[in-house]
Amino acid sequence: MKQLITGDEAIARGAWEAGVRFAAGYPGTPSTEILENIATYPEIHSEWATNEKTALESVIGASIAGARSLAAMKHVGLNVAADPFFTFAYIGVNGGAVVITADEPGQFSSQNEQDNRNYAKAAMTPMFEPSDSQESKDMLIEAFEISEKHDIPVLLRMTTRVCHSKSMVEMGDRQEVPLKPYVKDIKKYVAVPANARPMKVKIQQHREILKEYSNNCRWNRAEYHDTKIGIICSGDCYLYAREVFGDGASYLKLGFTNPLPDQMILDFASKIEKIYIIEENDPYIEQHVRALGVACDGKNLFPLNGEMTPEVIRRVIYGQEYPFDEELQALVVARPPTLCSGCPHRGFFYELGKRKKIMVSGDIGCYTLASGAPYNAMETTVCMGASISLGHGAQQVFDMIEGEKPRVVSAIGDSTIFHTGINSLLDSAYNRSNLITVILDNRITAMTGQQENPGSGYTIAREVTEVVNIETLVSAMGIKNVRTINPNKLDQVNETLDWALGMQEPSVIITRWPCALKKQAPWDLEEFQGAFTETYFVDESVCIGCRKCTRTGCPAVVFQFDRKKSSIDPDKCVGCSVCAQVCPVQAIQKVEA
Amino acid sequence: MSTKNILLTGVGGQGTILASKLLTNGLIEAGYDVKMSEVHGMSQREGPVLTHVRYGEKVYSPIVEKRKADLIVGFEELEVLRNLDYLRDDGEGIVIFNRVRVNPIGVQMGKDKYPTNGEELIRARAGKLIALDGQAKARELGNPRVMNIILLGVLIRELGLEHIDWNRIIAQNVKEKYVPLNQQALQVGLNHK
Repeated sequence: MKQLITGDEAIARGAWEAGVRFAAGYPGTPSTEILENIATYPEIHSEWATNEKTALESVIGASIAGARSLAAMKHVGLNVAADPFFTFAYIGVNGGAVVITADEPGQFSSQNEQDNRNYAKAAMTPMFEPSDSQESKDMLIEAFEISEKHDIPVLLRMTTRVCHSKSMVEMGDRQEVPLKPYVKDIKKYVAVPANARPMKVKIQQHREILKEYSNNCRWNRAEYHDTKIGIICSGDCYLYAREVFGDGASYLKLGFTNPLPDQMILDFASKIEKIYIIEENDPYIEQHVRALGVACDGKNLFPLNGEMTPEVIRRVIYGQEYPFDEELQALVVARPPTLCSGCPHRGFFYELGKRKKIMVSGDIGCYTLASGAPYNAMETTVCMGASISLGHGAQQVFDMIEGEKPRVVSAIGDSTIFHTGINSLLDSAYNRSNLITVILDNRITAMTGQQENPGSGYTIAREVTEVVNIETLVSAMGIKNVRTINPNKLDQVNETLDWALGMQEPSVIITRWPCALKKQAPWDLEEFQGAFTETYFVDESVCIGCRKCTRTGCPAVVFQFDRKKSSIDPDKCVGCSVCAQVCPVQAIQKVEA
Repeated sequence: MSTKNILLTGVGGQGTILASKLLTNGLIEAGYDVKMSEVHGMSQREGPVLTHVRYGEKVYSPIVEKRKADLIVGFEELEVLRNLDYLRDDGEGIVIFNRVRVNPIGVQMGKDKYPTNGEELIRARAGKLIALDGQAKARELGNPRVMNIILLGVLIRELGLEHIDWNRIIAQNVKEKYVPLNQQALQVGLNHK
């Protein structure tokens, strides 16, 4: 039976068909739906890890214990997991292991655009690059075979379009792969130098066999049509090239891309007049092709950044540009993402943005939007967990200034502090930083679409589990000044900021209120009684049209320019009351039931 | 047949995703090769949503190229304008335009101006413009949320795909208690003049 599914869904299906028993990951666009879909198969034990490193390490353990295992993460997640990834390649596997990296050419939802094919090259792991959903599933199943045959984890590289596009997939059955027995093998699994040196030799030996595989496997194929132009490509670029050139060019479509198929590339090149390498981001294939002595065009013509699209290919090869519609583009205003109505981050950043002589170091989550208008209350964002450690470093330097020293406020979400912020906070506490850390605890991993985390009380399989107590956690690190507040109460926010800024000591403020989109758990309903059940309205006879309420940036508050009055969309308002608190004339009132 | 290029665009929460799911399910039943790609912002509400649907005998790229869309279904006015450069400019492009405006935050705060002549701009660029107030029509049916299915009905008619059993596809993909309402909404779209 064929179904129209995304690449992420196809990976999940492939994991199930391949007999995978253990899967772990951390949410991150565009990889999140892989694990969410795997979790729908009861045969696979799936877990949200607190970060990608712990996810991969648990996958290593699961593999050593004998199960086919899979880790899924976005491209920057593999940076976090890079440490175990490299040495995993050395020790190898027992049950097959595959790491999925979901790269983001074009940076739809990421802080950078790194090309993770470089990781396969650096760690010397085999690598697959699917073009569509069918290949995502088929290559994953094959990747487990390769992993077990060559005693090495395999990297499967997806990109946003492969992850999030739907195409037809033939469904297969699950292959039951029994757990392999665990055998104590210190020489294999303990990567001390004496053991690790021969491990590297082993990788190289397998690599020679894999070169043969690369030249002969069905994932790498030459398609000969017109031989004046030949395209060497991988991933979704193959689809775009086919779209542009059709049968007017020949193709060397590469799906197994580490090691690359030297002989096949040379054979192809010998039959083609003009070769273009079409790949997104880095010249990964191109550098290899050039090193083989093959003349080609690649990044000398194509951009290193952004998504490859058929338009880009047409522009570069044929100089075709679609006409730019100036009249239209001048009128189309931006629709930037905004904090939702009722978002618990709104009240906090509304007040924080008014503070002077502070630096706000931020992190990765919905709250990164506080760096934009109307809050302008976040000054740095680098990577997961960096708010605290970056803020700590900045505070140490600010403390060297004679006279008035700026204070650093580090703002981080609940899932992000569980990810790597814990280490950062420990660092700042240990080194006696004068830092103000704000933990924006909205009770869920919100930005990637409501994933459970160690603070929410559920596992990915919606099983009830332990709930970490953030106050206790922070106190255990030796931070003595800890307060938990409701961020929707602006007086509480202000008073607490005064308290923290008034002390020359480290402090932690926990703003605790659920995400407005969260499906609330029974314990949420008990703790946050009445949340999201009310709505507010503007009494136009009182409203003076000062527009202070619109500066909260709430999508439910609309200023009626014709009448010079504010209004509140009753379908959007969920009653956080932040706008009512900023109104200088009490024109905003609760709708009485 | 040559590959058909369709775009559905709007803001998060307007139901573009369900509409494109029903559409692609129907196209598969009719035996087409189908590809679909979705671009959405982060998971906050009301972000821009753009869904590409391509169908035909054999489809390679999952994304529609600029100036190659045969038909754009615009759930929200500004988002139609934003993506209008996808529409083919040979006078054959069709726009199904839902008269709804959702202010972006810049407009809300008085920094940006929502274009006042959107419909004119679309009319000037489309070979055929079908403008309707989908939300009002949906409200007449008792639920403003089925606006998406009304627009889907118009789309199906414009694509000449009425022969597919859409009522069954709705029944297979929508919660049971909403099936009759959605089927009614589809009919409203199919009958829209």
